[in-house]
Amino acid sequence: MENRPLEYDYTVAKMFMLTTIILGIVGMLIGVILAFQLAFPEVNLILGEGLAEYTNFSRLRPLHTDAVIFGFTFSGIFSTWYYVGQRVLKVSMAESGFLMFIGKLHFWLYLVGVAAVVVSLFMGITTSKEYAEFEWPIDIAIVVVWVLFGLSIFGLIGIRREKSLYISIWYYIATFLGIAMLYLFNNMEIPTMLAQSAAGESGIGAWYHSVSMYAGTNDALVQWWYGHNAVAFGFTVPIVAMIYYFLPKESGQAIYSYKLSLLSFWGLMFVYLWAGGHHLLYSTVPDWMQTMGSIFSVILILPSWGSAINMLLTMKGEWQQVAASPLIKFMVLGSTFYMFSTLEGPIQAIKSVNAIAHFTDWIVGHVHDGVLGWVGFMIMAALFHMAPRVFKREIYSKSLMATQFWIQTLGVVLYFTSMWIAGITQGMMWRAHDEFGNLAYSFIDTVTVLHPYYTIRGVGGLLYLVGFLMFAYNIYKTMSARPVEESELQNASPMGA
Amino acid sequence: MDIAELQAYGYFALTGFMVLVLYGYIYHLYSKKKDADGHDYEDYSNMALNDDIDDAPVTSMSDDKEKK
Repeated sequence: MENRPLEYDYTVAKMFMLTTIILGIVGMLIGVILAFQLAFPEVNLILGEGLAEYTNFSRLRPLHTDAVIFGFTFSGIFSTWYYVGQRVLKVSMAESGFLMFIGKLHFWLYLVGVAAVVVSLFMGITTSKEYAEFEWPIDIAIVVVWVLFGLSIFGLIGIRREKSLYISIWYYIATFLGIAMLYLFNNMEIPTMLAQSAAGESGIGAWYHSVSMYAGTNDALVQWWYGHNAVAFGFTVPIVAMIYYFLPKESGQAIYSYKLSLLSFWGLMFVYLWAGGHHLLYSTVPDWMQTMGSIFSVILILPSWGSAINMLLTMKGEWQQVAASPLIKFMVLGSTFYMFSTLEGPIQAIKSVNAIAHFTDWIVGHVHDGVLGWVGFMIMAALFHMAPRVFKREIYSKSLMATQFWIQTLGVVLYFTSMWIAGITQGMMWRAHDEFGNLAYSFIDTVTVLHPYYTIRGVGGLLYLVGFLMFAYNIYKTMSARPVEESELQNASPMGA
Repeated sequence: MDIAELQAYGYFALTGFMVLVLYGYIYHLYSKKKDADGHDYEDYSNMALNDDIDDAPVTSMSDDKEKK
């Protein structure tokens, strides 16, 4: 056998790059359809009356959220893990046949899970728990996929050459542990075939149906402990892992303060788990728990801004790179959006603000400036940085990337500004009353007023989707672009015109 | 004192304790500047910057074995 020098093996990283892009397109496309359904209800019948069951808002909505969270974002997390993990631990997956097998099995089982989720949600099979819609057989499959991810993380750590674990590795480990705990506890459920009704009937309902092990308020508490921390350990922690690697690497600048990164890490871990109660303000959960949710949400600004400022200061003295490189632009605007949404979130969690914001479109706007501006930008930046290194070719087009950046930034701005106005208008109208306490408006009055903002939101989402298609095309063309030497890949990614 | 009051005191004490631990950690990081192995924390940034497979690790596993 030929004796070749050892190289990092990006096979699994490439596989997950593919699902990141495909599921990103699917999730965002469904999102745009939903946005236009809200503005123009006839879009619910886009494929005719006969197929309305499959195209209406309620059927598509979980497909949008789950495709973006568990499809696009988690593929991005896995893809970057199989890239960053090897590099900062200085060990190649080619060195372990076992880890390579686990990695590939992880990918293929994940794909089976995705297929099961898509089919079951389209059929309308759901547990009706937000972001935890999957029935028990799929839950079990997801646990297996997650255990494989864990085996891969700890397996690679086990054979590493670099003794210390880089800060990104801490964040990847936290992602693994956090999601494992959240997912298991929130999805505790009993298949209905095992249950017995008060009348003594057994074997109730379809075999795949289940009911939550928690009831009423307890179910809501566990659900939002899960729901908010899914944001923590899916949309924050692993994305911070990415930026701590990709921004320093692409810019060639050491992290501004490694100590601050350690401090922010522990701050985030301790505070985030207690903030979920803010989803249940003014509900039936104990008052002290609501207050705790509010307080911890406000404290959360500190560790979040600790990471974000650390990233912005990493560019200290090197701001010309932001102007020169669209790839750095994505990351710098990503961390700016991170700062912005981690300020907006705590503001919404303050009880008096929440009295207006709760159930309104402002919340939807908040989620999207975080996910489009921070999660989406960072994952695309990570894939842009990885592409020349895994394909050994320059990025197909720098100008296409720059155009994409501006189109998507405009999209995000249109999205969150329209939702701010819509949400606050909605909140104020719901509360308005005359001197006798009669409500001033009926629900349909708010719908009429919000129509233009819903349209603007649809346009914003469409612009983001167009940008994402440009991203997909750019990566696709990169696979056959000009080959590059290893020496060109040290820091700033090589890009064609 | 009923259970709820006990919980409240316990919660307050735990929060106070965690704040102490956090500030202790900040003090430790910024006064010592180096970890138990004698590495300046800031050197660890190099794990990302010099991450080719033949770059020298910041702290090598094999160094560790040689010491033993």
